[in-house]
Amino acid sequence: MKRRDWAVWLSPVLSGVLFVALWYAVRAATGLQSWILPTPEEIFQAAWKEHGTLVRAAGGTAVGALGGFLAASLAGLAIALGLGGARWLRAGLYPWLLVLQMTPVIVLAPIIVLWAGPGLPGIVTVTFLISFFPIVVNTTQGLLSTDAHLVDLFRTYDATRLQELWRLRLPSAMPYFLAGLRIAATLAPIGAIFGEYLVGNASGGTGGLGFLVYVYNTQIKIPALFATGLISCLLGFIFVAAVSWLNWAVLHRWHDSFERHDR
Amino acid sequence: MSDQPPIVQFRAVNKRFGDGPLVLNRITLAVGEGEFVSLIGPSGCGKSTLLRLASALSPVTSGGLAVDGTAPEEAREHLAFVFQEATLLPWLTAAGNVELPLLLRGVAAAERRSRAMELLALVRLREAAARYPRQLSGGMKMRVSIARALAREPRILLLDEPFAALDEITRNHLNEELLDWREKTPFTALFVTHSVAEAVFLSNRIEVMAANPGRIHAGVPVDFPYPRAAALREQPEYFAKVAEVSRLLHAAEEDRPA
Repeated sequence: MKRRDWAVWLSPVLSGVLFVALWYAVRAATGLQSWILPTPEEIFQAAWKEHGTLVRAAGGTAVGALGGFLAASLAGLAIALGLGGARWLRAGLYPWLLVLQMTPVIVLAPIIVLWAGPGLPGIVTVTFLISFFPIVVNTTQGLLSTDAHLVDLFRTYDATRLQELWRLRLPSAMPYFLAGLRIAATLAPIGAIFGEYLVGNASGGTGGLGFLVYVYNTQIKIPALFATGLISCLLGFIFVAAVSWLNWAVLHRWHDSFERHDR
Repeated sequence: MSDQPPIVQFRAVNKRFGDGPLVLNRITLAVGEGEFVSLIGPSGCGKSTLLRLASALSPVTSGGLAVDGTAPEEAREHLAFVFQEATLLPWLTAAGNVELPLLLRGVAAAERRSRAMELLALVRLREAAARYPRQLSGGMKMRVSIARALAREPRILLLDEPFAALDEITRNHLNEELLDWREKTPFTALFVTHSVAEAVFLSNRIEVMAANPGRIHAGVPVDFPYPRAAALREQPEYFAKVAEVSRLLHAAEEDRPA
């Protein structure tokens, strides 16, 4: 193995060890109580003690996150096809997408409960709202960034607009769409947890990590709260890993981002 | 050749982009069926624009242009364009790229496949059929690009400096092969190049162009019989023709309109 290879593996391990050491040092230096700043050890103990609850909650959150993510992927792609296809649609629709994106979800929460209902439909809606925008923006950009020479080529073939979209613009937008999915994958679990926190408990508690945040906070179980954060991170990693795999599966054969360089 | 109406005919064609200056000035040019005509001239003489007009990628500003006896946009079916870059779709294999024009025409999968393999065999890339463009060298990409153009069975092939980015050895080989492919699948060629040697080797006629605005300076017939072999490049007549065209090209660069 070359020097650079093991450095790439060792570096994150070292920074992790350093981070934990710093954590203990801060705790020792400040003498903070464990209900303000628990040690990593106390967090793991809380996680172990609550693991049944945490895993069940994470499962619930995963369902909401996945539902919202899939809805955002499909709707995001469909909206982008509209925006990328016609300038008048872009002009007419894009400002309103921005308005929707700029409106804080916390403002929309009561309306969402009112319209979509509390529980899963509300959670999926919040997840959708938080994660669809990067998919739309990226995919639209991809559709508009199609190589002009290739567009010319299709014109010399007398290709129909549908052929151009399906055979040229859509495949060439794929890397952009997948980049949008990657961003959305980091946002979807956050969206679901946020949704559970905002609308999930409106019906008296439907579970999920977001609801646990509410419960642990009111019970001042701070190490368990930290543990909930840890599990949320893990859930996020699973989402990102799944999309990274999809990205690899779709692009590795032809896209330059998977080019292996001999050095 | 001269009895038939020309397959591409420019009659006093002018071209400008928007309110810009004249890019092409009174171009009159006739290409007969089966001819191989090269356009050569300094940068900015509008030779690439001329091909874009013939393929209806850009409309003429004034004057008459007929391709295959009709308007350029009506003649696209019989025409193929080879661009300076190979313009392969990176997500399709070499075979997939050659199949593309047939796919867009609605040809059935099995027929597409066998036709693509024939053409890849013609350009000596049968083994590379399953490879993606990024796994091919510049010369191989251009072979695929030309095979893809030939898949349309074009009567007219427009080539816009297809070999400009390749090294001289590869370029010479591809020049010889292009003539060879033309023997097997005849087409009329309109070929844009910066290279005098290439133009002389390939063409039966060279149109030397001048710039600002782009216009035709002189037409030179090249009478070496086809098929032509690599050995032609060692003949004194070949050198003489290269020198003649070079002189005309030099004169075209000096030629300032009144």
